[in-house]
Amino acid sequence: MTGPGNSGLSVGPSLIDATPKRQRNTLALWLSRLEGPQTIGRGRGFWITFVLAVLAAAIYPMFVDGWTVGNTAYFLVWTFMAMGLGVIWGYAGSLSFGQTAFFGLAGYGYGVLTLNFGAAYGFTLLALVLAVGLAALLAVVLGYFMFYGRVQGVFIGIVTLSVTLVFQAFMAQTAGPEWAIGAARLNGFNGMSGMPPLTIPWPGGDVLLYADIALYYVLLGLMLLVYLGLRMLLNAPFGNVLVAIRENPERAEMLGYDVRRYQLLGFVLGGALAGLSGVLYTAWGQYITPSSMSITAAALPVIWVAFGGRKDVTATLIGTLVMIFLYQWLTIYGSQYAIVVMGVILVLTVLFAPEGIVLSLMRWISARLKPAGGRA
Amino acid sequence: MILQTKGLCKRFGGVHVARNIDFGIEAGEIHCLIGPNGAGKSSLFRLILGAHRPDSGSILFRGEDVTGLPSFARIRKGMSVKFQVPGIFKDLSVRQNLVISFQHHLHGHDLEATIQRVLAFAGLEGLEEQAAGTLSHGRQQWLEIGMAVGVEPQLLLLDEPTAGMSPEETRQTGEMLRALNAQGVTILAVEHDMSFVQQIADRVTVLHFGEIFAQGSVAEIISHPGVADIYLGATDD
Repeated sequence: MTGPGNSGLSVGPSLIDATPKRQRNTLALWLSRLEGPQTIGRGRGFWITFVLAVLAAAIYPMFVDGWTVGNTAYFLVWTFMAMGLGVIWGYAGSLSFGQTAFFGLAGYGYGVLTLNFGAAYGFTLLALVLAVGLAALLAVVLGYFMFYGRVQGVFIGIVTLSVTLVFQAFMAQTAGPEWAIGAARLNGFNGMSGMPPLTIPWPGGDVLLYADIALYYVLLGLMLLVYLGLRMLLNAPFGNVLVAIRENPERAEMLGYDVRRYQLLGFVLGGALAGLSGVLYTAWGQYITPSSMSITAAALPVIWVAFGGRKDVTATLIGTLVMIFLYQWLTIYGSQYAIVVMGVILVLTVLFAPEGIVLSLMRWISARLKPAGGRA
Repeated sequence: MILQTKGLCKRFGGVHVARNIDFGIEAGEIHCLIGPNGAGKSSLFRLILGAHRPDSGSILFRGEDVTGLPSFARIRKGMSVKFQVPGIFKDLSVRQNLVISFQHHLHGHDLEATIQRVLAFAGLEGLEEQAAGTLSHGRQQWLEIGMAVGVEPQLLLLDEPTAGMSPEETRQTGEMLRALNAQGVTILAVEHDMSFVQQIADRVTVLHFGEIFAQGSVAEIISHPGVADIYLGATDD
């Protein structure tokens, strides 16, 4: 074995030598983080595939009717919650089983705000931001008590699941007329409905984003923005620290990282993304019910992310889209079996591809392509 | 004094792991902490790091009271640590381990230059894309030392740095620590391999039942009748 060399390392102030600091272009730095150690997919092959996939998604509405496109938009609604769970669970290593709490809170928040203040002057967009902020605030409070209270491992799943179930139980008993916030009746188990869709202020009349082609494009754009943004964030020092905490929290602390603060930040990011899904869901269908926070609803994102591959945002995204499509398809042809099939898929994933089916496939493809040149 | 403890006490249940410890490390020295099993070496080490909170007493680092600070804040003030069991990120590449270790001090060109220097220093050139957990035990230890020293530590804390190493690896590690020390790094090592202590230590502190039993140069400790009789023969855990 070769021993360590004793020369070559200088420590102390001389370590940062006299080389002038390069003027770093911040934008170029962030763009370079679209690829990195925390995300699979790099090089020309990957990005050509990516552009082709985006193009296919962009021209897809030309080949089907608006109603079908509106239903496809529904698939995209859920991807934000899934990617957020991927950050918390896959990257930072804490399994949250209650992302639906943030989803539901933001969904109801959007309903209460828009039912009270209407949709004029693009208020729906402000309502979206406020409702997502509300979800993030809940994540700050809940995350603070968990991470600073040294709640760890499986207990994070238990606490978050409890929160979503308490929310569900609470909202389910708000049927009476006394349960109203201003003009917005909470309406118990039947849920809230009649809120406006998202609107974009436009000269000559607001654009109403009903479940149709326009909403599809907005959601597609938003999904790409969040996906690429997460790639950059996860390959930045922040993402490195999350992964370090997942791999060995004590070591991460002993390298000078405030582990609890990073866990909290990851949790808030994931909570905000779940909230975004909640608002988009509510605006898409113009309703929200307590069952959005039920144990079934809470389990589904965990299954999507496990199936896709929690440790990679691309695998999470693809896996989620595949699973939601499958779930929708199953509910059309035999709704009672859909959830059972989801459970079976989870078990098969855990048994045969614990890192995720999509992620394992991506790694397999990338290994096959390697000898031929670039990595996929 | 770069590090000083004053009247440090800590007990777990009925066991005193630290009794009124007044202890100090001079800047620039290699200080070894020895003693038989249960003497309180690791507890003192963890108290200094902030992994345990003392029941009473205080810890001063570079003249500043750090007793109430959490571990990460002490690390940020210039401490650096290497544990007995390699505390590396086993599933991540060697390169990722180093990036994570240095990224909050260094960026871009400086970060890259430091990574290359540490790779050369720790004998890990050509292995940077390998998963750290697949390295040999000795190389994992060197990687962790590299992670600990890459960024200007004022005080390097080592918990049995040569545990599990072959005699040759142990000797090379000693040379590595001597070289670091020559560049100005103060080192505190918990160790019980006496030949290794003789190789590297400037001063030695002997702990027994949570108290300081003896302190002095290697020669003084070796010739100390009590230490020679009671401790050195029984340090093989």
